Amino acid sequence: MRKFETYGRTLPGSNLEELSGWLIVIEGTDGAGRTTHVNRLKSQLAHLGYAVAETGLTRSDLASKGIRRAKEGNTLGSDAFNLFYATDFADRLERQIVPALRAGFVMLTDRYTYSLIARAIVRGADPDWIKQVYSFSLKPDAVFYLRIEAPDLVPRVLASGGFDYWESGMDLPMGSDLYESFINYQSRVIEELDSLAREFQFETLDVTQPVDTVSDELFRRVSQLLEASTRGRDDEPTPAKERCL
Amino acid sequence: MIESYTNGDGDGLVRADPASYGSHPNHYPGRLFIVEGIDGSGKSTQLSLLADWLRSEGYPVLFSEWNSSPIVKQTTSRGKKKMLLSPLTFSLIHATDFADRMEREVLPALKAGACVLADRYVYTAFARDVTRGVDPAWVRSLYRFAVTPTQTFYFRVPLEVALRRILAGRPRLKYYEAGMDMGLAADIQQSYRQFQSRILDEYENLVREFGLGVMDATKPVETQQRILRRAIEPHLVGLRRDRGLYEEV
Repeated sequence: MRKFETYGRTLPGSNLEELSGWLIVIEGTDGAGRTTHVNRLKSQLAHLGYAVAETGLTRSDLASKGIRRAKEGNTLGSDAFNLFYATDFADRLERQIVPALRAGFVMLTDRYTYSLIARAIVRGADPDWIKQVYSFSLKPDAVFYLRIEAPDLVPRVLASGGFDYWESGMDLPMGSDLYESFINYQSRVIEELDSLAREFQFETLDVTQPVDTVSDELFRRVSQLLEASTRGRDDEPTPAKERCL
Repeated sequence: MIESYTNGDGDGLVRADPASYGSHPNHYPGRLFIVEGIDGSGKSTQLSLLADWLRSEGYPVLFSEWNSSPIVKQTTSRGKKKMLLSPLTFSLIHATDFADRMEREVLPALKAGACVLADRYVYTAFARDVTRGVDPAWVRSLYRFAVTPTQTFYFRVPLEVALRRILAGRPRLKYYEAGMDMGLAADIQQSYRQFQSRILDEYENLVREFGLGVMDATKPVETQQRILRRAIEPHLVGLRRDRGLYEEV
């Protein structure tokens, strides 16, 4: 029987034994194509008959508005920002992710704690501290890391409307103009994600390949994982997949 | 049931951990004084009397109040009003507020050599969050960035005395304040009593763990104030002051 664990600290008041779904994380920096691949994967899995839900950063009921307000004014200190993101994550974990897993859904997550840890470290947070903060998070079934180098992001960013203040790390002393700061900031974020990829054993996909190639590979790996673990769930003789046939 | 602290060592004690609260000593010229205690312990009254006295002596004073960051508190009150907060998010949103005040109020004032007075500090979070079931070691590491105070005064008061002070005014108790989220009792006053009683127990653990100074909060107001001033006086030596500052007041 599969079982969810956290990265250390227990989640107050949650029984992890009852969670039967799958938690699949898509990680990658800004502009790596996460949204595209999450959307494709969602419809492919739905087509196979799985119940699929999704969530992503700053989509909580509790904190999304507050974070947006704080970003507009650039008015929060960096520890406070890190903890505000952690609040948003915790709210989504408890009120979106855990209930979906309890109901047996495949929960696709457009970025997880790792991006938040990377952005915090780049902004000067102590790596041990920020990992400790997120130690209540669930270990996902798999993390797919859409990997790209900072210079390869540039055409994508230009095509989607230009450089964003935060995605260019303009709150940091990273360079005098948006382009220079963007390259420096994104390179640092990618460096941190690479290091987290080693530490937490992400499955890395090179997203400079054609989008269909990446999405076929992603689908192949996710569906394999779901099938393998569905077979292991002897308490559920009729997997969602077959109900659909 | 509240579990006692363990850090995996089995002796019931949390060790001073470099990755935990207590690893950011006050290296700054200013001083940081804290009052802690349950509602109705009289700590806020004492702190405001202390502030008046310090000002009259010419010391620059900065007040930092729990849950008062202008950006974060909107989210906190939204979460409370709509009952969105779990023990975990309750803990995190208060830590967010605290971090913002630490970076934008407390640290600059300490660097400037002020007397910073805080009504509630990390110990409030430790007491409340652990009472709500949050892991004690985790919440201590969450507040690692907090500066260790020059001195903390825990206002110890018997539960019935504090309850009488609070409940005598027939207050409209709020949901989280009364610990209604814990499902201790259906009646809000009953829940408030039980919740405060558990927090009181938790504070006693903190007094031992962090060696907090204890104030007998059943003593007359002026006696407490005298004790408080006498206790902080030695820490004021060498602080910048300006006797001309407040003469008009």
